Amino acid sequence: MSGDGARTGAQIVWDVLAREGVEVVFGYPGGAIMPVYDAMLSSTVRHVLVRHEQGAAHMADGYARASGKVGVALATSGPGATNLVTGIATAMLDSSPIVCITGQVSSPLLGSDAFQETDITGVTIPITKHNYLVSRASDIGPTLREAFEVARSGRPGPVLVDITKDAQQASASFDWDAWKPRIRNVPTRLMDPDEALARAIAMIDAAERPLIFAGQGVVHSKATEALIALAEKTGIPVASTLLGLGGFPASHPLALGMMGMHGEAWVNAAIQRADLLVAIGMRFDDRVTGNLRTYAVHAKKIHVEIDPAEINKNVKVDVPLLMDAREATTQILARVTRRHRQPWLDSIEHAKHEASPRDIQRQPADGRLLAAHVMKDLCALSAQDAIVVTDVGQHQMWEAQYWKHESPRTLVTSGGLGTMGFALPAAIGARFAHPEREIWVIAGDGGFQMTACELSTIAQEGIKLYIAIINNGYLGMVRQWQELFYERRYAATPIRSPDFVKLAEAHDLRGIRVSTREGIPRALEEARRSPGTVVFDFRVEAEECVYPMVPAGADLKDMIRRPMSEQQEQEPQFEMEE
Amino acid sequence: MSTATVRTFLAYLEDKPGVLNRVTSLFRRRSFNIESLTVGRTERPDVSRMTLVVRADDDAARRLEAHLWKLVNVLQVDEVSNAPAIVRELALVKVRAPEGVRAAVMQLCEVFRARVVDVSPDALSIEITGAPDKVDGLLEMLRVYGVVEMVRTGTVAMRRGQGGVEGVISERPGAAPVAA
Repeated sequence: MSGDGARTGAQIVWDVLAREGVEVVFGYPGGAIMPVYDAMLSSTVRHVLVRHEQGAAHMADGYARASGKVGVALATSGPGATNLVTGIATAMLDSSPIVCITGQVSSPLLGSDAFQETDITGVTIPITKHNYLVSRASDIGPTLREAFEVARSGRPGPVLVDITKDAQQASASFDWDAWKPRIRNVPTRLMDPDEALARAIAMIDAAERPLIFAGQGVVHSKATEALIALAEKTGIPVASTLLGLGGFPASHPLALGMMGMHGEAWVNAAIQRADLLVAIGMRFDDRVTGNLRTYAVHAKKIHVEIDPAEINKNVKVDVPLLMDAREATTQILARVTRRHRQPWLDSIEHAKHEASPRDIQRQPADGRLLAAHVMKDLCALSAQDAIVVTDVGQHQMWEAQYWKHESPRTLVTSGGLGTMGFALPAAIGARFAHPEREIWVIAGDGGFQMTACELSTIAQEGIKLYIAIINNGYLGMVRQWQELFYERRYAATPIRSPDFVKLAEAHDLRGIRVSTREGIPRALEEARRSPGTVVFDFRVEAEECVYPMVPAGADLKDMIRRPMSEQQEQEPQFEMEE
Repeated sequence: MSTATVRTFLAYLEDKPGVLNRVTSLFRRRSFNIESLTVGRTERPDVSRMTLVVRADDDAARRLEAHLWKLVNVLQVDEVSNAPAIVRELALVKVRAPEGVRAAVMQLCEVFRARVVDVSPDALSIEITGAPDKVDGLLEMLRVYGVVEMVRTGTVAMRRGQGGVEGVISERPGAAPVAA
């Protein structure tokens, strides 16, 4: 490939993909991408035919999140390209490295409103890290190489490469080694890194009530080991963002669980009482902070972040550390003082105990099936290294609360964009990253139906997934908001679904309905005996709410707590300190 | 926190189609308020240069710069707000100037070192180049006579001293030849 033999632009596409180590491409053919598809027949890279291009982008994303490598999606021009948009935006908000390759009408037709022409580079400017329109065969190789580099470097993200049909058909030579990544020496006006590090260490040493926040940056930079060591050396407990779950083992004594809107009560309470936050690889999303004016006002803040544009965006910080999360964690670890913070840990432990009567896990099922119980049981019954891919809504939050993730990349979920329909295709992507591991899809009855067409893809590819549909007959999270903030006016939230068991069977997949808690282990045994994908229709309690809940924009301390039974009400109450 | 002031940035960009679109898209999406934006060629055929004037406090300015750096086609960003720099703008002003007041208008032009570039029976067209506040000053005076039409180019700026683009941009741009 490094050399003389002229190849068509379409062949060069596959040459680059193969040499980049791409194992699988998720795509859908069409007029403007046909030369690339034709050349695919002589490539070793596997192709997965999706049922809708949104699925292709989510699969590439799911592959990327499960593997840490760049995921690739392929689509034609016009509607093929625009169908990718939701998936690209999802990858953008969650910093997931994917490369989307789209066919474009031939260059003489550009701008003429030709059949299936869309200005997809124009459309995707705000939702890609970068994008390219390529109209010469000789540019395809270097551009694709740069696209992979842009997608995975720094803060990762999606890149789109739009290639005109004539460029795919024309011939060119391509020298792999001639391309060199560009290095820009980007200055920042932030605090000098050495000074920042020294200050951060002094602040950590001095803090009496510190918290470490683990964001997705911990996962991206493989900082888990260093983070465990740092937490243990300093005795500082670790709270996680949604995308940070798994970055710090849930069973570790210093693991607190998730923060934010549906975070644990003791975590949010601790944040409001903390005197120092050490935020690592996270971006202080509004779902994490609630009202910014009252957020962690007693705490100094250290922000470890690779993207300078995130510093002081939402929360003003005292010390910015513009670094890779693992590098920063390692450097802090080396110089920080070993100490204990038992009174602080005890007070958090106290809050945990006070919160426990409200825990839905302690409430009797009374013959009903509660989604939160399903999560807990599935977590207990599944493989330790299982990958869980969740959709968006109540089930996603219950999963985050009750599925204990012990290692990075065991939870794949759409956080920033909150894309319903993400789970099923993303799990298909994850399957190609990990052919052997147990993979669970957790989706609501609403979100599942958004991309349910990908069941056909599963059947065609012959892959095995466990698909748990948490079926409550409502768009549950919106219904919860209606219950709490719109006086139970259930506008457009009741949803009727097909018979999911029959739907599975229509795809030659196994379907199992579960309506009681006792039925869960039996269903799982049955599923394990089944060679292919199994769809579980969990018929859960219709009107259940996720607690605690910090209403959007409210103070973190103003959590709505799960109501307790009359008997529990008699017992002394825990009042949250400010 | 500092208060918002007018700030001037120079951005060196790869000269490729769509680059201006990326920059304006960034400003729109992040709600930065552009006072003026000009873009043009430089002495290097593959590099174009943008002068951006925005109103921002210290932190917003820093984040704006960080966002500009995130654009792959941006080669260099330089804030010259507080640096020794030549800052210029050009304006064309058509002002009502019948017989009786024409001499007074022309005298004003002389004071501001503006040039009369077109004359018609009732109007003069004036070209002025200078720092934006000088242009403001002339416009303020001309308003009395009646401004018929006016256009300003927006600010361009250059650091004083001997450094040039080559000195600022150390590496060759354009690893991938075509970027939309």
